[in-house]
Amino acid sequence: MVWSRIRLAAVVLVAAVLAAACGSSGAGSPAEIKVFAAASLTAAFNRIGQDYTAANPDTKVTFNFAGSQALATQIQQGAPADVFASADTTNMGKVTDLVATPQNFASNLLQIIVVKGNPKGINGLSDLANPDLKVVLAAPDVPAGKYAQQALDKAGVTVKPVSQEDNVKAVVTKVSLGEADAGIVYVTDVTAGGDKVEGVDIPNAQNVAATYPIATVKASSHQSQARAFMDLVLSDQGQQVLKSYGFLPPPNS
Amino acid sequence: MTGTARRRRTRVATTRDGAPIAFVVPAVLAVGFLAIPLLGLLQQTPWRHLAGALAAPPVRVALRLSLVCSLGAVAISLLLGVPLAFLLARVPFPGRNLVRALTTLPMVLPPVVGGVALLLAFGRRGLAGQWLDRAFGITLPFTTAGAILAEAFVAMPFLIITTEAGLRAMDRRYEDAAATLGAGRWMRFRRVTLPLIAPSLGAGAALCWARALGEFGATITFAGNLPGTTQTMPLAVYIALETNLQAAIALSLVLLVISLALLIAMRDRWFPTA
Repeated sequence: MVWSRIRLAAVVLVAAVLAAACGSSGAGSPAEIKVFAAASLTAAFNRIGQDYTAANPDTKVTFNFAGSQALATQIQQGAPADVFASADTTNMGKVTDLVATPQNFASNLLQIIVVKGNPKGINGLSDLANPDLKVVLAAPDVPAGKYAQQALDKAGVTVKPVSQEDNVKAVVTKVSLGEADAGIVYVTDVTAGGDKVEGVDIPNAQNVAATYPIATVKASSHQSQARAFMDLVLSDQGQQVLKSYGFLPPPNS
Repeated sequence: MTGTARRRRTRVATTRDGAPIAFVVPAVLAVGFLAIPLLGLLQQTPWRHLAGALAAPPVRVALRLSLVCSLGAVAISLLLGVPLAFLLARVPFPGRNLVRALTTLPMVLPPVVGGVALLLAFGRRGLAGQWLDRAFGITLPFTTAGAILAEAFVAMPFLIITTEAGLRAMDRRYEDAAATLGAGRWMRFRRVTLPLIAPSLGAGAALCWARALGEFGATITFAGNLPGTTQTMPLAVYIALETNLQAAIALSLVLLVISLALLIAMRDRWFPTA
C-alpha cells in the first residue's frame, strides 16, 4: 500500500522533472551549430553565443565544453562538431586534417588559484612545493595541466598534486569547495570562479601564455553558420567580450 | 526431481512456440544492440600490441589499485551490509521500509550525483568531513580510502538486497531446531544461517564487486584522479581515451574479461533457470 503510493509519487515526480527539463529545449529551430570549446572558454563563449543568437535568431548555438584533449578525440571519432576552439595549438594540430585553417583568437596567462582570503598564505609557485598543501592540477594531457607543468619547470619547483583533474574547471571546483588548498589555472578561471576563490599572480618570467586557436570543422553541414560564429569570435565585438572575461589578445596581433 | 525438471522444460517449450512472431525482430535488434558494442571493442583491439599495452606500468598501477579499492569496498559492504540485511529481513522495526528505500537509493542514483553528495558529506568542509578533519585530521577526498568509500557507496546496496532476499527465502526451521538445542543468537547465525545463505551472500558479494570495479562517476567526483592513488581502471580508461585510444581499448578489454569471467562464474546464481 505504502509502496504503491510512494511509487506513484515517484513516477509523477520524475515525469514533472523531465517535463521541466524538456520544456526549455522543446522548440525545433531551423539550424543548430555545435561549438566544441575548451572548458576555460565556458563563460566567455556562452556570452558570445548569446550575441550570436541575437544577431542570427534562426540559428541555435549549442556548446560542448570540455578539456581540449577530450574534444579533439571526440572530433577524431566523428562527433558532430561545427566549430572547434582549443586551449592550445597541440590539440588543434591533432585534428588538422578535419578542420579548416585555424586562427588564433586569444591568449591566457596562468594564475595560482586559492581559497578566498588565501588562508595558507601562498605567494608564489615555490610555496606549492609544501607537502602539507593539497595542490590540484589539471592532468598532463589537458592543456592547462601541460602549461602548469611548464610554469613549474621554469620556476624549478616540484609539486606533488593530490589529483590530476580532467579539465581546468574541475580544478577550480575542487578549490572553491575547499577540498584543495591551491591549483594552477588560467587567469580567466579565477575571474569566473566567483567569490569563493582568489588568484595569486605568477611573475612573467615563470608564466606560460596559452594560445587559443579556433577553426570550422570540414564535415560540418552548416559551414556558413559555423564561419559566422568564428568571425564573431575574431571580430572587435567578440574580442571585447573575451577581454571582459580576462583573456588577452592572441600573440600574433 | 528429474521428472519435475523435464515436465517443466516441456511446458516452457510450448510457451516458447506460442510467442508472438512480432517479438522476433525486436528481440534480434536487442541482441544486436547489446552485442555490437562489444564486437566493436574486440575489432579495434590492437591484438599484436596488447601484451605491451597491458604490461605498461600505468596499466598495472591502475589494475592493482582497482583490485585494492573494489575488494576494500566489498569488505566494507560485508561488514556493514550483512548485519543491515539481517535486520531488514528479520526485525520489523518502525521505518523499515524507509530504511530499505534509503539504502537502496545509491543503486538507482546517478553515480556522479553520489559523488557530489559524498563530497558535501565527507569532503573537508562537508557535514561529517569537517568533523573528521578537526577531530582526527582525516580527509577523504584525493585518498585511496576516499576511492574505496565512493565504490562502497554505490556497490553496497547490491549486497544488501541480495542478502536480504536470501535471508527471506531460507528455511527458518533449521534455526528453530538449533534454538531448541540451546544455540544462542550469535551461534545460530554463525553456524546455521550463514552457511544456508552462503550462496546468496556469494552472489551478492560478486555483484557488489562487479559494481565497485566499474565505478566511475562517484570516484572521479569525490576522490579525484591521481595514478596510483585514486585513478582506478575506469578512470584510466576515460583519461586514456582522450589521448591514447589503443591504451584505452586494452584497459577496456581487461575489464571486459573480468566481467565475463564473473558472469560465467556466477551464471548458476544469477540465472538459476538457465
